[in-house]
Amino acid sequence: MSSHDHVDGHLPHEPEKATLQARNNILGFWLFLGAETVLFGTLFSAFLALRHNIGDGPSANEIFQLPMVFAATMILLTSSLTSVFAVQALHQHKKKAMVGWLIVTIVLGLSFLGLEIYEFFEYVHEGHKFTTSAFSSSFYTLVGFHGAHVAFGVVWISMIIGQIFKKGLTVVTAPKVYISAIYWHFIDVVWVFIFTVVYLMGKVG
Amino acid sequence: MDWLTTVDHKKIGILYMIAGGFFFLIGGLEAIIIRVQLMKPMNDVVAGDTFNELITMHGTTMIFLAAMPLLFALMNAVIPLQIGARDVAFPFLNSLGFWTFFFGGLLLNLSWFAGTVPDAGWTSYVPLAGPTFNSGHGVDYYVIGLQIAGIGTLLGGINFMATIINMRAPGLTFMRLPMFTWSIFITSALIVFAFPVLTVGLVAIMFDRLFQANFFEVANGGSGVLWEHIFWVFGHPEVYILILPAFGIISEVVSTFSRKRLFGYSSMVFATVLIAFLGFMVWAHHMFTTGLGPVANGLFSIATMLIAVPTGVKIFNWLFTLWGGSIRFTTANLFGIGFIPTFVMGGVTGVMLASAPADFQYHDSYFVVAHFHYVIVGGLVFGIFAGLHYWWPKMFGRMLNETIGKITFWTFFIGFHLTFFVQHFLGLLGMPRRVYTYLGGQGYDDMNMISTVGAFLMGVGTIAFLLNVFITWAKPRNATNDPWEDGRSLEWTIPSPPPEYNFQQTPLVRGYDAWWKEKMEGKTAMTPAEPIGSIHMPSPSILPLIMSIGLFIAGFGFMYDHLLVAGGGLVITFGCMVIRSLFDDHGYHIEPEDQEKGVKA
Ligand code: HEM
Ligand SMILES: [Cu+2]
Repeated sequence: MSSHDHVDGHLPHEPEKATLQARNNILGFWLFLGAETVLFGTLFSAFLALRHNIGDGPSANEIFQLPMVFAATMILLTSSLTSVFAVQALHQHKKKAMVGWLIVTIVLGLSFLGLEIYEFFEYVHEGHKFTTSAFSSSFYTLVGFHGAHVAFGVVWISMIIGQIFKKGLTVVTAPKVYISAIYWHFIDVVWVFIFTVVYLMGKVG
Repeated sequence: MDWLTTVDHKKIGILYMIAGGFFFLIGGLEAIIIRVQLMKPMNDVVAGDTFNELITMHGTTMIFLAAMPLLFALMNAVIPLQIGARDVAFPFLNSLGFWTFFFGGLLLNLSWFAGTVPDAGWTSYVPLAGPTFNSGHGVDYYVIGLQIAGIGTLLGGINFMATIINMRAPGLTFMRLPMFTWSIFITSALIVFAFPVLTVGLVAIMFDRLFQANFFEVANGGSGVLWEHIFWVFGHPEVYILILPAFGIISEVVSTFSRKRLFGYSSMVFATVLIAFLGFMVWAHHMFTTGLGPVANGLFSIATMLIAVPTGVKIFNWLFTLWGGSIRFTTANLFGIGFIPTFVMGGVTGVMLASAPADFQYHDSYFVVAHFHYVIVGGLVFGIFAGLHYWWPKMFGRMLNETIGKITFWTFFIGFHLTFFVQHFLGLLGMPRRVYTYLGGQGYDDMNMISTVGAFLMGVGTIAFLLNVFITWAKPRNATNDPWEDGRSLEWTIPSPPPEYNFQQTPLVRGYDAWWKEKMEGKTAMTPAEPIGSIHMPSPSILPLIMSIGLFIAGFGFMYDHLLVAGGGLVITFGCMVIRSLFDDHGYHIEPEDQEKGVKA
């Protein structure tokens, strides 16, 4: 089974799993997510260990603005849904619809990032800088790491869209869409944990 | 040029071997200087500061830049062959993994030329490694070098897991996998779950040092114990990442040269999995004296001792494999057999250390040094030597000289025990580790001298091995497919060295010890699982090298606060990623008529 079998546009039902390389990529990506889980797990542990050590800086309760964070959460959760739509369109071989949903996903991701950047500026303004305390350092590292993942995802998905335009939907491009969707769900799940562990727990003390 | 762009696992294996061997020599040289300094009381060959740098770099180099890469060398050289695959799952990432390791290691060692060398120990404990106590750039080299090298390790772990899960030949079920493949599979899983922890630790300490974060700065609410936890949650699994592959090698070597099936195969598999699992539960046995309290100490103590049970299972299985076998004392097997009692001693001192109250006496003394060298040198390095001698003909098509091999073994083996056996007693007598000298007349003098002599003897052994390599180079490539004649697994069914596509036809596996089974039935080749056809190969690429150079440049930029340089380096790396994603690699095909010519690797 090589990639030459399908150039004529007769895509198999699940084009993302049609070749051995594609199956390798998907498996490898899940393993990578295993590593990412450990990575975030460690960042969470460090944050939990340090979150009460606020030094002279503000506490979580004083600075966190839940309404804004809640809005960001909703935006990101919605973007997970739209990426599901994109994969569904992929399975129905509807290229246009798929690209459309991917673009919506990117726009939502960018809005999330915008809110986060605004949020960080606000906090710094209120004396909650990266260097203020152990709490602030671990906060910005954890949340910022997640933000960097979102940013990476946005760039990545944009480039995949570019490839789809160039090469169409093939057994080479389909796995990329599929894998980036898994990635997007992953960073969404991580955010749910951040929302709970960092923000909600920060508010209740 | 070929070597800079290769994505062939066999060549990458050789690259790992050369680079790992090179760092092994550097680490060995550092060790010799350390031993010369400690040869007699109040010696002043090196200053105290230099001594700290030497022990830091020795430990870091040996673990991350010598032992692990040499294991990666063997796994690259052997795993695809043992499972009947044409390559690994991600050849491009395989090459990237090598180059990041190489440039990470290079960066770390350039610290010697920059005149500011890491000196906070291989564990980089804070506050010793923090910006307040350590304001030079030394620890930055450690932090950034290891991060870059760590990328390569993680990629390797993912790659080999995916390869072993997805690319086994038909019929090669999990319970038929050769023991070395099993151990690499489990090791890779450990890498995937342990290395990210180290990455986070290194990032955190880097933020503290470069951007005034407060993870470990106690004055601003940071915690030094947090670093210890992070380091050892990675660090303990890491020691199993090192030893499990050696277990795998010993299983292959002992069974081949006893001409017997590995005794208790399924219990071996189970023990390996259990050791890996327990390996994650016991990290705090490195922190008994930190003050976690009696409950924590008690639990970690018991959990640690439990590891001795599956380890014991393995030891007995090797002994039963040897029992009644027609044993051939080749160099590989000498290292294999020498491994067993040596490693047992390391395990016994491990259990002694695992007893928390006793550890208050042993901790940070030479007893610990003796313990981990028994497991790491007596275990892992013996394993690597066994593996190199065993698979050398497969990798290069030439047999190593057995006489020189035996000289290598005996000098190294005797030198090893001379060096480290006495250190148990030095530790019990109270000689602290990581101290650059000692006063005479405390009962340390003679044993330290013996230890230094032993270290030189190990050096002789290593030189003998290098000589062997050079002499072998001059010989013709005449190794047969199955040069030991007793080979049991698939790598012995194809030419030595294998053609670049490994298997012209994927073999059909009909049982455990696939090749041995066929031989016993009088066959001279494996039954193929597919017709002869055109073979698809990935094309070589220079991108991995350039990406790693980008990271290398970025590392320097961050270290010396040149954000422009740092950004430039990152642009190079990400630029290559973009190129890689925009231009698909279609690879090339080797047609049947060219396969007959036996394209050499
Ligand atoms: C039955 C098996 C083992 C047990 C029970 C055991 C137990 C221990 C304990 C309790 C310590 C801490 C001593 C202290 O710092 O006071 C220790 C240190 C150490 N062990 Fe083991 N160990 C075992 C096997 C291994 C293996 C297989 C390796 C490596 C391949 C290894 C490598 C090390 C290293 C490197 C250290 C020193 C770390 C440092 O402080 O720099 N051990 N071991
Ligand atoms: Cu340990």
